[in-house]
Amino acid sequence: MLKKINCIINGEPKEIEVDVRESLLDMLRNRLHLTGTKQGCGVGECGACAVLIDGNTIDSCIYMAVWADGKNITTIEGISKPDGSLSDIQQNYVDKGAVQCGFCTPGFVISTTALLNKNDDPSRDEIRRGLSGNLCRCTGYQKILDAVETTVEQRRNSKK
Amino acid sequence: MENTAIGKSQIRWDAVAKVTGRANYTGDIPQKEMYHGKIYRAKIAHGMVKSIDVSEALKVPGVIKVLTPDDVSSYSFPTAGHPYSLDPKLSDKADRKILTRHIRLYGDEIAAVIAKTELAAEEALGKIKVEYEEYEFYLTPEESLKEGALEIHEGTKNIIADTTAEIGDLETGFKEADILIEHDCYTPTVQHCQMENQIAYAYKDVDGRWVCVTSTQIPHICRRILGQAFGMPWGRFRVIKPFVGGGFGNKQDVTIEPMVVAMSMAVGGKPVMLDLHREEVFACTRVRHAISYKMKFGFKNDGRIVAGDILAISNNGAYASHGHAVVAKGGGMVTALYKVPNFKYHAMTVYTNIAAAGAMRGYGVPQISYAIETFMDTAARKLGIDPFDLRKINMTKAMEENPLLHMTQYTMGLRECIEQGKERFQWEKRVEEVAAAKKAGKLRGLGFAAFAYTSGTYPKGLEAAGCRLVLNQDGSIKMMVGATEIGQGSDTVFRQMVAETVGVPVDMVYADQVTDTDTSPFDTGAYASRQTFVSGMAVKKAAEELKEKILLAALEFAEEGQEAETVDLDVKDCKVIKKSDGSLYTELGDLALKTYYHLNKGICLTADVSNKCIQNAYPYGGTFVDLEVDKVTGKVKIYNILNIHDSGVIINPLMASGQVEGGMTMGISYALDEELRYDSSTGKPLNNNLLDYKMPTMMDVPDLMVDFVEIPDPIGPYGNKSLGEPPNCSPAPAIRNAIADAIGVDINAIPITPQKIIEVLNAKDKEV
Repeated sequence: MLKKINCIINGEPKEIEVDVRESLLDMLRNRLHLTGTKQGCGVGECGACAVLIDGNTIDSCIYMAVWADGKNITTIEGISKPDGSLSDIQQNYVDKGAVQCGFCTPGFVISTTALLNKNDDPSRDEIRRGLSGNLCRCTGYQKILDAVETTVEQRRNSKK
Repeated sequence: MENTAIGKSQIRWDAVAKVTGRANYTGDIPQKEMYHGKIYRAKIAHGMVKSIDVSEALKVPGVIKVLTPDDVSSYSFPTAGHPYSLDPKLSDKADRKILTRHIRLYGDEIAAVIAKTELAAEEALGKIKVEYEEYEFYLTPEESLKEGALEIHEGTKNIIADTTAEIGDLETGFKEADILIEHDCYTPTVQHCQMENQIAYAYKDVDGRWVCVTSTQIPHICRRILGQAFGMPWGRFRVIKPFVGGGFGNKQDVTIEPMVVAMSMAVGGKPVMLDLHREEVFACTRVRHAISYKMKFGFKNDGRIVAGDILAISNNGAYASHGHAVVAKGGGMVTALYKVPNFKYHAMTVYTNIAAAGAMRGYGVPQISYAIETFMDTAARKLGIDPFDLRKINMTKAMEENPLLHMTQYTMGLRECIEQGKERFQWEKRVEEVAAAKKAGKLRGLGFAAFAYTSGTYPKGLEAAGCRLVLNQDGSIKMMVGATEIGQGSDTVFRQMVAETVGVPVDMVYADQVTDTDTSPFDTGAYASRQTFVSGMAVKKAAEELKEKILLAALEFAEEGQEAETVDLDVKDCKVIKKSDGSLYTELGDLALKTYYHLNKGICLTADVSNKCIQNAYPYGGTFVDLEVDKVTGKVKIYNILNIHDSGVIINPLMASGQVEGGMTMGISYALDEELRYDSSTGKPLNNNLLDYKMPTMMDVPDLMVDFVEIPDPIGPYGNKSLGEPPNCSPAPAIRNAIADAIGVDINAIPITPQKIIEVLNAKDKEV
């Protein structure tokens, strides 16, 4: 059964027809070709499919597309600034070597964005807890932590 | 002359595409009218299929076809990502078919559905009816080797191989010994857990050939195996590798490509995609070999090893895959570390009914390192010798030949790693801290373990690589390699190599987004930590050739009065200069433009080389760790952990430390958390998902320290030796040794879970 939903995706209002059995992840990837959001497990264990829904990090693989009706959704494609330049989080992931195979990276960038929106001065332990819903097998997480801590520090300094 | 690109922390060229979601992986590339395939998997661990009824499945709307073993190619093929061998005796075991009636593991592949949507394919799977004749199944070599056990593969007695490598005379050696020490240990079945599951799609191209786009570490090997699986000339296939979401060896095997090509063949060459679930990847692709070791070594009282006897039994699961090569590698790695004048390494690789074991980061060396380095620690205590001293007494030296591998090492930096590592780790200070903590009743301990590894597979395997360089009109360089970027960063270090050797900035060397067997030069792929070393040789050779052609072209296009000889010319920062006075001879971009467009002179400059590497260089290193065991919960808390590596010259320090950190993390959880477990009553995997299988999250990993001892190796193209797999080899034994120090009991089987620790502590309390 198909159902029409209305939502905002990366700042643009959209009207989309979705299968009522479809996940938000499938809707984003297959209907909107927003393939930056990845599937690593399909059951909410790895965080590769994380998107922001009204500012909260959600695993889109276990979120029904129909639930997105009326919601404001940001995917990795909506994280960069409108002029195409990288967000500070993205830039630090690049500069600190936090990217290897890159398959988990969009999910990590999304989760980091939400974490730092909610807590602008997280401790190392709070960062670890805040990003523990995202799995990475390449980096051992060390350089991801570096990238996040650097962002926190840069934001703190720019406020001074 | 100072390096311009080698040894500099270069940002990986694909990082921006990856942080913005623009890097296309196999599943991200749209195809018109793509069908979806799904595999019907066995619900028993061992037996025969008596009947398959697909009639109900065919009625599901959207289902195009259901394939059974009768509908697909029945050629047997090997799956290991090893180069083809001209010697049939050395060929990989061809024990696999696309679909099978003979079930050898829970999840074996019986039938396949092709449908218009994934959902329809899933629904159809639920309607296939299969009747089985069930056999007894075996989860361990002990079970499958017992008297009267059924043969999983006919005529094998469940033994893939049984080999013994020997040096000297073991019995004589034992007679010379003052003390004999025995040691048994076990390493478990674990899984790669690369974040991108196996995924591929296939179609018939306009030229009538079969194209398979796949997330693989080995595009050129994959093409050859497709040829073997269909009994067709290899050139009839083309394999394309887009960005890959990690592999760690799991994708150094051809697991789904023949299936997906067979699916496309069944629907007239329309594109079909096969995208495995995480649960299938765990249960039905590849795992690391579980190996049990029985060891007996003879020592002199002064610590010298006089004899060593190792029996290693490797659980290979249901299909041969990489088979015996993995456990067999162990013997040579022992003799790469230590001199064992009388040595016997008896290795056996055994079929069982669990997931097939293949290549996984370290290729048998995390296992043998665990065995030998926990043994050295135990032996040091029994001999009353400091563990570092015991290692130094027995360590090999540079310029010695490995008596099993017959390769001479020109550099051997383990001594330097221990000295520099102790300083960096503040070992002496930690010794005091730990002693104080122990006095205060805490279970705190220190541990160390070393490893040796290889750079590529020579002399066991072929080491060939190719590189093609094209000088563009603006003086930039297009680089094409058959070596396979899977996230480890090889393309970025190859760009650095070209930049260094030709004399241009790194950002003027362009890598390919895909590896394509039609256009990328031959290279066997991403494994054995070979690419920076082996493929790097080809890249250097091509870069040298291109540079020479640039210098000759510079002379050809010299202005009047601009006399010079090639020996006096060099390229630096995109300028051809005179070495003698550093003056500008010509801009590389201007020269390139002339080579393209001069009406009568010059030709476009390219270099297209292939190289065979007939050398090997062993990297060395180790792990230092400081930890505490919680008496109440049995949990281990790591306070400090350092990996230090002799990998020769480090090409890119930032990316190199990233490799080490990732490998260390895999090693830490190998020691403490990870094990793929099976239900002993059904043979079904119990934890084949990322929730129940304990792959570490960010909260589970301590801060990691990384250091390098950079001794330039004369064999490595830029003085470099391998680095990708080594970091995973020594954390587990170091952690086990530290736990033994903390609790005073040797636990020899990993993972050392809280449950095991509590059981050991309880038993120890009872003894007291």
